[in-house]
Amino acid sequence: MTEWLERHVPKMVLAPSFVAVLIFVYGFIIWTGWVSLTRSKLMPKYEIKGFIQYDRLFASPRWDTAMDNLFIFGGLFIGISLILGLFLAILLDQKIRAEGALRTIYLYPMALSMIVTGTAWKWIMNPGLGIEATVRSWGFESFTFNWITDPNMAIYAVVIAAVWQASGFVMALFLAGLRSVDEEIIKAAQVDGIPTWRIYSAIIIPSMAPIFLSAFIVLAHLAIKSFDLVIALTGGGPGYATDLPATYMYAMAFSRGDIGQAASSAMVMMGVVFTIVVPYLYSELRAKHD
Amino acid sequence: MTDFTQSYDAPRRNYSQLVLRWLLFSLLGLFALFYLMPLFVMVTTSLKSLEEIRTGSLVALPREVTFDAWRTAWSETCTGVKCEGLKPYFWNSVLMTVPAVFIATLLGAVNGYVIAQWRFKGANLIFSLMLFGCFIPFQVVLLPMARSLGILGLAGSIPGLIFVHVIYGIGFTTLFFRNYYVTIPSELTKAAKVDGAGFFRIFWSIFLPLSLPIVVVTVIWQFTNIWNDFLFGVSFSQAGTQPVTVALNNIVNSTTGVKEYNVDMAAAIIAALPTLLVYVVAGKYFIRGLTAGSVKG
Repeated sequence: MTEWLERHVPKMVLAPSFVAVLIFVYGFIIWTGWVSLTRSKLMPKYEIKGFIQYDRLFASPRWDTAMDNLFIFGGLFIGISLILGLFLAILLDQKIRAEGALRTIYLYPMALSMIVTGTAWKWIMNPGLGIEATVRSWGFESFTFNWITDPNMAIYAVVIAAVWQASGFVMALFLAGLRSVDEEIIKAAQVDGIPTWRIYSAIIIPSMAPIFLSAFIVLAHLAIKSFDLVIALTGGGPGYATDLPATYMYAMAFSRGDIGQAASSAMVMMGVVFTIVVPYLYSELRAKHD
Repeated sequence: MTDFTQSYDAPRRNYSQLVLRWLLFSLLGLFALFYLMPLFVMVTTSLKSLEEIRTGSLVALPREVTFDAWRTAWSETCTGVKCEGLKPYFWNSVLMTVPAVFIATLLGAVNGYVIAQWRFKGANLIFSLMLFGCFIPFQVVLLPMARSLGILGLAGSIPGLIFVHVIYGIGFTTLFFRNYYVTIPSELTKAAKVDGAGFFRIFWSIFLPLSLPIVVVTVIWQFTNIWNDFLFGVSFSQAGTQPVTVALNNIVNSTTGVKEYNVDMAAAIIAALPTLLVYVVAGKYFIRGLTAGSVKG
């Protein structure tokens, strides 16, 4: 008996967590998937009616805006964060005396809640009292910076705040990557008289491909889930100009009482996340086992 | 570190090197300003009177420093119907975060220990399934979780929020500990087994004492995530149990009364202080957690 126990203790210790993940992750995904195929409104119904919720979803102009915004926001947020993060990492890698302090300054926004970030930038970009008013008070009377209240520009205001928050993190990833490049190769290249920018573009940056991939995955994941920032910065507005799939889902679930729409939009979000993350995780896990 | 400043035809480099160096520092300084500006604006705005905010400039230092906004934000400002400031919500966040971090870290440690050191058939599949769970968009579990919390009698309560944060924290904490324990030679476990030590004994006397660095990383990661969470907080709380992020958003986006920007900023800083403090005190571990969460291994 004790021997049996001894042999099975590890499994029994792991079991509760595993069961919890099975139920609360996979079971719940199935539940949401099921409900997305029903006519659920205020209360969930379990009678399957086919893809009507998805038809409604894809016919909805608000969802259309949300998906467009996701691609605009996601593309710019990821692109700018990657470029800025790499750029800062290369600058910081030049034997800077104050490196520690600068790194701390670049990275601290990552410790903040997106609600705090949103609150701060909402105030800074407030047309009446923020940057616009300040620059005008310096004598540039016609200066306008009202992105946050302009339906066509508001999504770019969200990009600014998001890049501010996450680019320091990308910088930290790249800096760690730069430090792990084999110094002998670089020394050899220097001895051969290869210019610095060529050493970066031909040797160092290509060797950091895996870091680009990880940074991309993390940023893409942040972009798809981003909800707090939009809520705090624009509340999805003006109108629903800055709605993202995450805010659409939340509105349907908790203020519109349209559970069918909430479930189908959540499933589409998961589809987007999984097409990005699954191949990545799969290759990571495989690489580990080899 | 790569040193590009030491090239070897010294005479030629002096002038252009100096210009480059100068350019480098001004760029770095400009970016530092970009990252610091919002914090600077938040702090100075929170110390100004409303009158000064309306007439003065965003980037000006306060002419007259006043802590009124801080007092209002902490104990007087209104969130919805109640006017007790952020204080009760701040404590809600503490009551929610501390147990959630503790439980998730403990579970992650034991799970990671099993997966890394007591390999059994199917352990890898279990680990993969738990890992995938880290990456789902939480929107996909919001609806069933809301119903389940109702069935469990935890709806709108702080224990309910603790439960949710533990469940969706296990994946990452397990990952952190697994990746750490994998680097400890399995001979250690084998030798201890030969000496007659059991599963828990080995964990308690061998692995736990070695775990301080990864415990720090995990605790910081969990603390930051849970303290800063908004989605679960806004979905699964009710009037009296909201965490500080939800209360902050309610204060800032309330549409009634005069807009008190200084109070908003003070409230935002109060909500951010605990995680900022952790970052300043233990930044090294904070960065390690971030990178461990993205680059496995």
